Amino acid sequence: MRWIDLAKIGFVLAMVLSIVPVLVWLERKVSAFIQGRIGPNRTAVFGMRMAGLFQPLADAVKFIFKEDVVPLRVNRFLYTLAPTLVFVPPAIAFTVIPFGNKWGNEPLIVADVPIGILLLMSVLSISVYGLAFGGWASNNKFSLLGGLRSSAQMISYELTLGLTIITAVMMAGSVNPIEIVEKQAREGWNIVGGGNLWLAPAGIVATLLFYVASLAENNRLPFDLPECDAELVGGYHTEYSSMKFAMFFMGEYVAMVTMSALMVTLWLGGWHFPGLTRLHEGPYHWTEALVSHMVFMVKMGLVLFLAIWIRWTLPRYRYDQLMDLGWKRLVPLALATLVVVGVVGVLTHV
Amino acid sequence: MEWGKVALYALCVVGVAATMLALSALVTRWLGPRQKRREKLEPYECGVPIQSPTRQRFSVHFYLVAILFILFDIEMVFLVPWAVLFRKLGVAGLIEMGLFLGVIGFGLAYVWRRGALNWE
Repeated sequence: MRWIDLAKIGFVLAMVLSIVPVLVWLERKVSAFIQGRIGPNRTAVFGMRMAGLFQPLADAVKFIFKEDVVPLRVNRFLYTLAPTLVFVPPAIAFTVIPFGNKWGNEPLIVADVPIGILLLMSVLSISVYGLAFGGWASNNKFSLLGGLRSSAQMISYELTLGLTIITAVMMAGSVNPIEIVEKQAREGWNIVGGGNLWLAPAGIVATLLFYVASLAENNRLPFDLPECDAELVGGYHTEYSSMKFAMFFMGEYVAMVTMSALMVTLWLGGWHFPGLTRLHEGPYHWTEALVSHMVFMVKMGLVLFLAIWIRWTLPRYRYDQLMDLGWKRLVPLALATLVVVGVVGVLTHV
Repeated sequence: MEWGKVALYALCVVGVAATMLALSALVTRWLGPRQKRREKLEPYECGVPIQSPTRQRFSVHFYLVAILFILFDIEMVFLVPWAVLFRKLGVAGLIEMGLFLGVIGFGLAYVWRRGALNWE
């Protein structure tokens, strides 16, 4: 383990954990803007208000000072394990996402695992357990229903997500995230077919499918059935309070960040932007590394902003509509896209 | 080596989560309010006494969805090696995968037709 590895681990951990509060603030500000309100603007440090940027900090302090109510009839072990299982997997998935090009000859990724995308897929599917455990262990009918619903929703949309990830793997011809991004930098982003214009329509469709599935995976509106307050009170986290609730909350936002990063990596060219960053031989200057990281962050920010925009614009789906959309529309469409990419890719390869 | 980094990073994340849990166990219990009453510690049920136990049977549809998910998820695992090499495998690989996907597609159509995907 070299120092640079430790530095990268620390950097990514800090990045993931510090994006979350900013994202919470952004969500509240954007929702306020969309609804014609002002949003949080009262929190201040030494008289500086910073447009309410300290609000998440105040929230965190408040979470610590709230009573940690553990109801009598819960299964204590699973009740404590559930928030951990929601928070940890999406954060771990960030190990295999390249957050920039290279600094010198050092790739800006925590671990250059040859099967990175597979690792990511397997780790991300663990978070279903968090919701299911949380719902079951609370020993509350609303939680149980919410947990069941959300696990059914997540596994249903995981099919679409997996199929579109495989479509991206087909376009790039690799399961290594670094190679996927470098191929896109060399030949063209996957959203426009990864250098093969015949695949461009399939690329656009698959990107949209991936995005819809990632919204459903993260229980974001219009798919936030697990916690639809009108029917299920709070869904699987009805009985959670204090820091344990904060962990569910943070886990949701970390998952959003991870999914956006994955979207950028698989479809939107990762750190690559024509004219700003380029692939070349030999060591990279630190300014190139910085610019590539900035490009990645800006793209990720735009994807996150889109998710927030969608949340405050669209109404919620009904549960049967949600399952219909997942199984009867998205899965067949994703399969068809995959077949189209296969056929067109082979025919135009010769 | 690379897996060691993944493990170390995972350990750090688990450490963060454990710190938060410890915070809730120690600091919150020490500084936060502590008012435990019997009614408060009951599961929330719209403010009325609990009407029936929670551990009851629930809709079989959820099992069905889980089983279907496992079937289609395994199919995806088989797709990955082909996805990496499908250009090299060419038309022969395409036909073989086409047969496989045809069977899967038939399965999906069958499940759909039998109404397993309908929610009432």
